[in-house]
Amino acid sequence: MKKRKILISGNEAIAEGALAAGCSFYAGYPITPQNEIITYMAKHMVKPGSVFIQAESELAAINMVYGGCAAGARSMTSSSSPGASLMQEGISYIAGSRLPAVIVNIMRGGPGLGNIAPAQSDYFQATRGGGHGDYRLIVLAPGSVQEAYDLTQTSFDLADKYRIPVEILGDGILGQMMEPVQLSVKKIKPNPPKSWALCGCKGRKPNIVKSFFLAEGALEEFNLSLQKNYEIIRKKEARYEGLFLPDAKVILVAYGTMARIAKSAIIQLRSAGKKIGLIRPISLWPFPQGPFNAKNKKLKYLVVEMSYGQMLEDVRLAVCGRQKIEFLGRSGGGVPSEEEIINKVERIL
Amino acid sequence: MEKIFTRPESLYDLPTHYCPGCGHGIAHRLIAEVVDELGIREKTIGIAPVGCAVVAYDYWNFDCSEAAHGRALAVATGIKRVHPKNVVFTYQGDGDLAAIGTNETIHAANRGENLTVVFINNAVYGMTGGQMAPTTLLGQKTSTTVEGRQKEKHGYPLKISEMLALLPGVHYIERVSFQSPGEVLKAKRAIKQAFRNQINNLGFSLVEVLSPCPTYWGLSPKESLDWIRDVMQKEFPLGKIK
Amino acid sequence: MAKIVINQDRCKGCLLCVSFCPKGLIKKSAKLNKKGLNFVEFDLNGECIGCMQCAIICPDCCIEVYK
Repeated sequence: MKKRKILISGNEAIAEGALAAGCSFYAGYPITPQNEIITYMAKHMVKPGSVFIQAESELAAINMVYGGCAAGARSMTSSSSPGASLMQEGISYIAGSRLPAVIVNIMRGGPGLGNIAPAQSDYFQATRGGGHGDYRLIVLAPGSVQEAYDLTQTSFDLADKYRIPVEILGDGILGQMMEPVQLSVKKIKPNPPKSWALCGCKGRKPNIVKSFFLAEGALEEFNLSLQKNYEIIRKKEARYEGLFLPDAKVILVAYGTMARIAKSAIIQLRSAGKKIGLIRPISLWPFPQGPFNAKNKKLKYLVVEMSYGQMLEDVRLAVCGRQKIEFLGRSGGGVPSEEEIINKVERIL
Repeated sequence: MEKIFTRPESLYDLPTHYCPGCGHGIAHRLIAEVVDELGIREKTIGIAPVGCAVVAYDYWNFDCSEAAHGRALAVATGIKRVHPKNVVFTYQGDGDLAAIGTNETIHAANRGENLTVVFINNAVYGMTGGQMAPTTLLGQKTSTTVEGRQKEKHGYPLKISEMLALLPGVHYIERVSFQSPGEVLKAKRAIKQAFRNQINNLGFSLVEVLSPCPTYWGLSPKESLDWIRDVMQKEFPLGKIK
Repeated sequence: MAKIVINQDRCKGCLLCVSFCPKGLIKKSAKLNKKGLNFVEFDLNGECIGCMQCAIICPDCCIEVYK
């Protein structure tokens, strides 16, 4: 394993992580604030065997990715909120066809055209499956540029392992900010064998990639198989970071960029002797329920989001009424500041 | 006696779900015959549409993918770029290719993707119950143009093949018909040409087939073929467009 | 001499083959097949020329031609 450190943005780290993971197919459509991903991929996916396509729309991009995955290539697309909305149809088909795609959404303010400021308001769309049908995505939320690089590699492995679309959910701040990244240029493992992929039926029966089940009971049976897969993922793939949890009186819950600001607030609060902890979900689906199992009834949670109470619903489900949950959120370009978090914590302590 | 006409290997020996006299069965068979004759069954990948032919992959004996309605050429682009040595074709109806998927169609053609398209134009939406298609003729009655298609309200029949012929990325476009056995044979020659073009890396090739839909035209199968000959062909003239 | 063999269970009775047989050797049957459709029958005593028009126009690949 060769190691070197470079200074890059979150968007570039995602692109670099994808390349390190052996991503050989990228299709995308420009949209702010994730344009560095598409331009990075255009610049670096030039070797024979790697495919870069600037698509005519996000609809086309996600369906090209459907084709790339169906053909057996590690395939990725990236976009930001309005573009991610356009991709939902294709993501539903990808989930329904059990294809291992990686989708990046560097969120911006919404609804509608919104603005280009960072936001976390696509949480529901990502974690509930934004398209039609009973499906899930694995959703990973990096909290640093390094993690953006690392989790992108993980995304491809998880997508292949479970034959499921994986979404990397970041925001405009994470996408744009620059940090040093330790590049672990892994020896790229060959993709796991994809006996279902399309490459011509020489020496075997024809393969069909599809999400259509017309026979009576066939779709229900297929959906049950999806649920079985999701159950395994729920058990095995929940990820989080816990900070100062054992003695905490108030636990902040935040992900991605918001968790960085929460950490700064916690450091200040701790230095003033206040016992504050942090749960930072890294996988948003499956949502890490484990760290919310504290019995202490006096403990309080404070959920902080760059949205108006989306992850809050998952925290409520995890806490299950055992403790009080407070909320602090801003959206549409507003980002809760350290000061706002500290003030809120002091009010509820 | 020697068998001189039989089912091609690339077409499974199964009954189809199509209505009596529907052109899809002929189109499926012609593609299978062409695939057999070119010896490419083991490297062909078909993309089935959404529409009446949604389960075309159940009938073809080679690798296939589905595509969301209108997105067949985006999916095909993805597959072909990964496997440039395979032969990739889309099979699309008029609603799929010329309404909901117009954008994907035009841009795949404009990129000159080395793909083959078999475009079934029957001037009507079959799967959903006979609504207006982009290619529905002026005056043609459908379940959403109950008085007949009127240019003032519904616009004109879309001649997407002529539009695509303007694009430099497009290598070959021909319009054919299933109105008689002779025309079916010409259609087969055109489809074979479109596949051969791909094998020779010549770029985007499309064959538009005027194909009967007796059920939603309200005609008998034979009357439907005659309607193609006497009416439809006037709006959509046969022959090589590019 | 030539002849055709019709897969009568598969036939949907669209009668396109009947329309195009130049010798008029294919007729609609009075009987019904498993699908409940009037299939077509071939006149084995007629002078089939093996032109294959019936097979080429058949949408359901029901006809094999021998020559």
